[in-house]
Amino acid sequence: MAGMMLDVEDLRIRFGTLEAVRGASFAIAEGESFGLVGESGSGKSTILRALAGLNRDWDGTVRLAGEPLGRLRDRAFFRRVQMVFQDPYGSLHPRQTIDRILAEPLIVHGFGDIDARICRALEEVSLPAAMRFRYPHQLSGGQRQRVAIARALISEPEVLLLDEPTSALDVSVQAEVLNLLTDLRRARGLTYLMVGHNLAVVTHLCERIAVMSHGEIVETVTAEDLRQGRVQHPHTVELRALSLDLAEAQGQGGESDLSQARTGTAP
Amino acid sequence: MSVVARNLCVTFDTPHGPVEAVRGISFQIGREKVGIVGESGSGKSLTARSILRLLPGQARMTADELSFDGIDVAQASERAMRRIRGKRAGLILQDPKHSLNPVMSAGRQIAESWRVHRGGSRREAMEAAVDLLAQVQIRNPAQVAERYPHELSGGMGQRVMIAMMLAPDPEFLIADEPTSALDATVQAEIMRLIEELASERGMGLMLISHDLPLVSHFCDRVLVMYAGQIVEELKAGELGRARHGYTQGLLSCLPSLSHPRERLNVMQREAEWLA
Amino acid sequence: MTDVSRAAHASVSRRQWLLDPSPGSRRQAAWGNAYRRWLQFRANTLAMIGLVTVVLLIAAAIFAPLLATHDPSAIALENRLAPPSAAHWLGTDDLGRDLYSRILYGAQVTLGMVVAVVVLVAPVGLVIGVVAGYVGGWLDTLLMRVTDVFMAFPKLVLALAFVAALQPGVTSAVIAIALTAWPPLARLARAETLTIRESDFINAVRVTGASKGRIIMRHVMPLCVPSIIVRIALDISGIILTAAGLGFLGMGAQPPMPEWGTMIATTSGFILSQWWVPTIPGVAILLASLAFNLLGDGLRDVLDPRQE
Repeated sequence: MAGMMLDVEDLRIRFGTLEAVRGASFAIAEGESFGLVGESGSGKSTILRALAGLNRDWDGTVRLAGEPLGRLRDRAFFRRVQMVFQDPYGSLHPRQTIDRILAEPLIVHGFGDIDARICRALEEVSLPAAMRFRYPHQLSGGQRQRVAIARALISEPEVLLLDEPTSALDVSVQAEVLNLLTDLRRARGLTYLMVGHNLAVVTHLCERIAVMSHGEIVETVTAEDLRQGRVQHPHTVELRALSLDLAEAQGQGGESDLSQARTGTAP
Repeated sequence: MSVVARNLCVTFDTPHGPVEAVRGISFQIGREKVGIVGESGSGKSLTARSILRLLPGQARMTADELSFDGIDVAQASERAMRRIRGKRAGLILQDPKHSLNPVMSAGRQIAESWRVHRGGSRREAMEAAVDLLAQVQIRNPAQVAERYPHELSGGMGQRVMIAMMLAPDPEFLIADEPTSALDATVQAEIMRLIEELASERGMGLMLISHDLPLVSHFCDRVLVMYAGQIVEELKAGELGRARHGYTQGLLSCLPSLSHPRERLNVMQREAEWLA
Repeated sequence: MTDVSRAAHASVSRRQWLLDPSPGSRRQAAWGNAYRRWLQFRANTLAMIGLVTVVLLIAAAIFAPLLATHDPSAIALENRLAPPSAAHWLGTDDLGRDLYSRILYGAQVTLGMVVAVVVLVAPVGLVIGVVAGYVGGWLDTLLMRVTDVFMAFPKLVLALAFVAALQPGVTSAVIAIALTAWPPLARLARAETLTIRESDFINAVRVTGASKGRIIMRHVMPLCVPSIIVRIALDISGIILTAAGLGFLGMGAQPPMPEWGTMIATTSGFILSQWWVPTIPGVAILLASLAFNLLGDGLRDVLDPRQE
């Protein structure tokens, strides 16, 4: 497809004999925000890691702005595509200061003007300059995730891969980080590929959503379709119902049918 | 049976002086389902652990009263506490992967827990274990009993954990973020299971979570904690009538499928909440 | 008075500068981190005893020519096997040489061997372990099999065989000890690397586009260094004992060099009649190895990343 920032066709990823992703296809336009929703083991994070070059055992075609990608990623790829990890407690080097962590991509890509860029990056994610020389363990979870976002954006990429960026955070912090991601996308015209298990969170940030189950994309819908209930696959219907039930509890406080949700078990 | 706390405080001694993590909270829980909701660092888990006196070593606990069915938890001997822990009060933790013994089959772990509290032969215990697995709605309990923790999915592991806690037939169940590590659909199933079991057996249930809407579904009332204090108590169906700014903030900062917003509300923390 | 208060003020503000929770520069952050470690280490009495003893040992070795009361190799047969006295603080040995002076010079020999072994062993063990662990595959298999071969021999036996094949002496002893000391370090570094390699913060560095060499050198290796330092500090007591053991067996330092093990060997016949003569170097060996052991334990508490 032309004009697509990221185009994935028939992506298959295998772990030994287990086929974790069984032929996933989707395309993301430039400046679009696309979500992959599914439960653990559905293969959503596996796709993200393969796209980021962290897993090389895949088959299929992946094109970045029309150019096919090989198994090995070069440095130029990482200038254009960056990733934010799920766990802000695990994704920052424990023995490096924030300064050092943010400097790393700048050094790798040969940027000049490192001091000024670090200060600007901190400001952009609303972290006080006083945080600059602290260590990750001196920061809260939300502050760490802001650092991780700053690190991803400091080399000025066009595409951001977001691996459940808020699922390890408190809900009030989640709101702040989601707002930050919304603002940054608008300010920089970024393309997002976001993975998550919370339908409401992913739909908040993404215009189109692919629902995954057992290594396959079972349905791709727009956020508007999802809100209006124009969905077909039973898995999508179930996820949507759960999400709506919880939403109802917040506001109306009425009896909802989650208490009658199926209580059957996995085999 | 009731758990009573009056002016419960938990303090940590740090190199920079004492830090109060729980600051004088009071509550009473009978044979009912009560949710304790708050963000990380609000002191909700410490509150639950105080009841079983399972606090980390550096923590100091004080209370005007802290009792479990009339037994003074602060003064009770270690032996008396062991009779409460596991036997009269069960504790379900967030991640079954960390709380189950990796080298023992699921069935044997439940059987061990059953035998410790009730005695009986190995065979009887194993039968009881399979029966308990059936009670937590596992379809093929005999097969699951043979499996080791790494062979269980997250939801299945949590069911095994619940079965283990039910073995001694406790009167009170504390569930500390029992579903935070699980997927949305499994989350609802496990919550529903815990709620049903509590109702059927007439157990008291204390449900600790950061997820206010989820908890309110399954509890009779909800205590909202902020910075070591209970800031609001709500009946489950009345979340919409929350008065405290923090509770309102918690609810309004959630993204919603039915009411999309360009930007989410961000909680403005008032200094007076800390008073 | 004003001087005193000014000095006190300066030390208070330096402390504040070090403990500032939001440091203003890279340098301040690094110093602050080091100072916090030091405060933690200082609270450990046993470790401090170890550190002080080690520092005293090093000072004794460096300043031996100044501290010694006699020439360590000056023979005085008329005054052999003398008990401790004002003239000879620790007595004399079978050739009438001053024991106190020989112990001081012996510290030079022993610590010299320790330094030589550590300088040889630490980089080799670290690099082999980290590279094997990070790169994996056939390189890992190859490096680890080589390591296994060296680990398969008992330490002292391998060292003895090696020294016997060369010629006995300090250099051979150092090489022999080094040969037996690097494999555990490589194993340790590899094990650390395996856990670090899969962590998200290393994945995050990979995603920045950093090269393999850069990831190993700048991100993985610094995390392995603390545990290697701890392991070496604990191993040094073993190195001291092996060096003394080789000396005792005549395979290490040769007489008349004042090496502690050799000193025991040449005077062991007097253990019943003049017990202090072989005992004093023995006590020196004991104190030195114990001091390094205590120091290593203390360092582990401060440096081990798992304790955070």
